[in-house]
Amino acid sequence: MISIKFLVKHSYLMRISKHPILSFERGKKVTFTFNGKKIDAYENETVASALIAAGINVLSRSIKYNRPRGFFCGIGKCSSCLMTVDGVPNIKTCVTPVKNGMVVESQDGKGSLPENTELESRKETLHADVAVVGAGPAGLSAAITASKYNADVLLIDENPVAGGQLIKQTHKFFGSKEHKAGVRGIEIAKLLLNEIEKSNVNLLLNAGVIGYYKENCHMLTVVQDRKIIKVYPKKIIIATGASENMLAFPGNDLPGVVGAGGVQTLMNVYGVRPGSNVLMVGAGNVGLIVSYQLMQAGINVKMVVEAMPKIGGYIVHAAKLRRLGVPILTSHTVKNAYGNGRVEGARIVKLENWKEVEGSEFDVPVDLICLAVGLTPTCEILFQAGCETKYIPELGGWVAWHDRNLETSIQGIYVAGDCSGIEEASTAMMEGRIAGMDAAEKLGFRIDEKEKKDAFENLNTLRSGPFGEKPRTGKEKIWGIK
Amino acid sequence: MTYEETGIITLKDIQAPSKERFEKGPVAVIECPQSIPCNPCADACKFGAITMNDINALPKIDFEKCTGCGACISKCPGLAVFVVDMTYSENEALIKLPYEFALPKIGDTVKALDRKGEMKGDAKVVRVIKEKDKTGVVSIAVKKNLAMEVRNIRC
Repeated sequence: MISIKFLVKHSYLMRISKHPILSFERGKKVTFTFNGKKIDAYENETVASALIAAGINVLSRSIKYNRPRGFFCGIGKCSSCLMTVDGVPNIKTCVTPVKNGMVVESQDGKGSLPENTELESRKETLHADVAVVGAGPAGLSAAITASKYNADVLLIDENPVAGGQLIKQTHKFFGSKEHKAGVRGIEIAKLLLNEIEKSNVNLLLNAGVIGYYKENCHMLTVVQDRKIIKVYPKKIIIATGASENMLAFPGNDLPGVVGAGGVQTLMNVYGVRPGSNVLMVGAGNVGLIVSYQLMQAGINVKMVVEAMPKIGGYIVHAAKLRRLGVPILTSHTVKNAYGNGRVEGARIVKLENWKEVEGSEFDVPVDLICLAVGLTPTCEILFQAGCETKYIPELGGWVAWHDRNLETSIQGIYVAGDCSGIEEASTAMMEGRIAGMDAAEKLGFRIDEKEKKDAFENLNTLRSGPFGEKPRTGKEKIWGIK
Repeated sequence: MTYEETGIITLKDIQAPSKERFEKGPVAVIECPQSIPCNPCADACKFGAITMNDINALPKIDFEKCTGCGACISKCPGLAVFVVDMTYSENEALIKLPYEFALPKIGDTVKALDRKGEMKGDAKVVRVIKEKDKTGVVSIAVKKNLAMEVRNIRC
């Protein structure tokens, strides 16, 4: 198998050209500078994806010890790709589209604003019946549903494209017809975005919600480009998803240790190879699915290691990988990562009763260590708003308390999808619908009671099997608290 | 070791057709041993051969009703359905399998892989269908004794 150095040297190879499922429609060629060096890129891709494609793997440095930081989440959730762009520091380059002539610089520490700032700042005010934060499966479904019942909806997302994680899910979804089973996630995203287009939903992209304020009513502050928008919604639905968990091991901050979702973003959205030989850590559904997708993109997965004694994801996903010759080692984990400036390999160790087995260590030379070790709900706005929070391990940690209609302890603020508890896209869509319907109903719009009843039944069905036990238990814990 | 530890499904984990049924012609083999919320295979079968009590139940296949048409192969999101035809020729069996990589051409000789990805010899590509949803269904001819072992190809 070819090395990452070879790929970088022949930079066109960093771009995926043939793919069995996807076709990459790259925009016009553009160039920008990174620390004074010219970088070729395509319109419609992000600064970070263009830099990775150009073989640049140090995107920032840690503030205290100046350690190199590489690409990690790819969706604006971690802070490893912050740079100064056109003079403005702390720009999340993974969600910032490239523009011709852009000046990108790596920044020292926290960065500083230019002294003679001519940065324009504009202010705007928007009103809405319902503001939905996050345009993933939950947020899109919430917006479509609330809008269908005549609410005036504003949908806000900090990414350059809507669809959340659906836009990188090339696999077919499980479930039944009602949950679009057998349809690939990317196609479900298209269906939902099509509905948004036909609706009256006002979609704000590249727009980050930076705060919640309570005046006489709810107020969200949104930053879009260089503009501050004050949003006054009557109801708020937070559907901000989740962020990927880190795993503690020496070398876990080397560039080349990447979140599984980050890898998906690079290879399935932007068609950029994140590496050439991969170690996948975690055999839950995310680890198994992303490993298979890496193989489809022509990237070699050397093995999957899983600390648990059993594979956590669906066996059918594991079987697909095994048939390709990818080993899955249960009761094994990463002892450390090694490499000079970027990942060159990982040392694996066997576990017995969660203790390392002495002498069982072995090295795997890889240039990418992909972490698929769980997700944590993204709840910052909810915490800042003062929603009552609960620690529910089955839901992924701290979440905002919510009732069956997804309303939190603050009247008029709802949650839906992964930020209300880690599950998957089918349940996120159902939760979005319920929250959208309840918000519309409480605003005085007449809703179809049958649709709400069906959505509840659908959710129960999806959570009824052995794989639904964890979220079911978590949700029951939350509902049991008053 | 169980499939939960290895990721490898074995014949004892699945519902396999009898020798007599194999002698009658093509038949579907569903390699889905876990209760997961999923039922497109049952929806795909026009003959009512695949049934499920509820969405989390295991697919149950009535081999007498199954015609081996293969409509379920590309519909399974887990790529877990195969069709085996032991009557293909005197020495060879035909396996129809779902395939989501660069597709081979009819007449190609490819490597036949088992459930561990280990090479079991050569296979001849007899038919290639690319479904609208981009899942390929590849029919390969292999030695009869490999019909219940080979589950993948390498082109």
